[in-house]
Amino acid sequence: MNWLIEFFSDPANWSGSSGIPVRLLEHLEFTLAALLPAALIAIPLGLLIGHTGRGALIVVVSANLARALPTLGLLVLIVLLLGTATVLPVLIPLVVLAIPPILVNTYEGIRGVDHDLRDAAYGMGLRGPQVLVRVLVPVALPLILLGLRLAAIQVVATATVASYVSLGGLGRYIIDGLATKDYPSVVGGSVLVGGFALAMQGLFALADRLLVSPGVSRRVRTAKIR
Amino acid sequence: MDEEPLVRWDWIARNWSTGRVGSISSLLVDHIVMSGLPIVLGLLAALPIGLACVRWRRLYQPTAGVMNVIYALPSLPVFMFLLPLTGLTKATVIIPLTFYAVAVLIPAVVDGMTAIPDHVRQSAVAMGFNPLRRLLQVDLVLAMPVVLAGLRVVAVSSISLVSVGALIGQGGLGNLFTDAFKRDFPTPAVVGIALIVALALVADGALVFLQRMLTPWARVRRSA
Repeated sequence: MNWLIEFFSDPANWSGSSGIPVRLLEHLEFTLAALLPAALIAIPLGLLIGHTGRGALIVVVSANLARALPTLGLLVLIVLLLGTATVLPVLIPLVVLAIPPILVNTYEGIRGVDHDLRDAAYGMGLRGPQVLVRVLVPVALPLILLGLRLAAIQVVATATVASYVSLGGLGRYIIDGLATKDYPSVVGGSVLVGGFALAMQGLFALADRLLVSPGVSRRVRTAKIR
Repeated sequence: MDEEPLVRWDWIARNWSTGRVGSISSLLVDHIVMSGLPIVLGLLAALPIGLACVRWRRLYQPTAGVMNVIYALPSLPVFMFLLPLTGLTKATVIIPLTFYAVAVLIPAVVDGMTAIPDHVRQSAVAMGFNPLRRLLQVDLVLAMPVVLAGLRVVAVSSISLVSVGALIGQGGLGNLFTDAFKRDFPTPAVVGIALIVALALVADGALVFLQRMLTPWARVRRSA
């Protein structure tokens, strides 16, 4: 507890390039820089595979492989091979590891939509792409958001570990603190990373409330047909 | 001779089993222990908690909330919080991994149990099964496939997560990653990744095999 007070009350930790505001912003930057490309790749691909039913094997294999790959090893290897002249090499594993959870959940979400619902949409005269956008996506949205949330958890954790291979962000306090036996910095950094991760969780819970149709999330009971 | 190769095979041969701490084989054993314990302990903890959540439904919502929060916490900071209590020991890595395992397995237990059709339970009662025997011989057996699916996720992610412990010197094969980085020498990193992925595949395959052995009825239905 004393370590925490020491860390957060030190004015040196609040300004400059290694101050908390800068580090926090860096962490947010890395998280978004990994999550956005991952989502742009994984969501369309998941929609396509879920809707057409082709290529489902890719989804399963990529999900298992991504879970098995050790993030620290991947980061170390890529930095040893490509160097740290730019941030880009470190971002590659972050993006790669964020894709599978989004892909799997988007795919499962689309695939899991009630067949009667899909048939009804076709029966009402909607075409394939229209069915996808107007019916399948809204119904699958909770799972798509879950995929994004799991990917975000993964990215925040990996970005923290990536400080070991010289990435900035909140992980720096932990890695540098460990190296110099500065425990206030280690504990303070840990609290910041934990808080950051939980704030992300909260954001996704909020998105779930705002974006998912009340009928889908069962917040509103639909009238019973007699 | 100027370019450093991705893998130096002679390094692997020399360091596989030196009998000293830090040889690849001893790291492999450490890794199996450090990832195996959370899987077993996690299952032992998740079973009673999950069953309690099935029995008293109102427990499930708050439990799931707490587990969601635990699951969202990145491993490295959690190791750091434990550091003052457990020091630079294996426990610092094993304890958080056990919590992650519990967080994944509780929903698996609850989903597996609630998916059992009511008429199956009623048949068991009608056949004179007392509650304990019904739990052991009917409910848990039928919930097994879902629990094992959760266990596969836990096993694979535990095996890969242990390596983060290398940042406090307790990462099993993950120690090869820090070693590679400090010496600017890719071979240990490649060996570590390959062994960890192989270990994960073996564990996953073993659990698939176990599932097939324990659910003979699913095989019959598929071949019929």
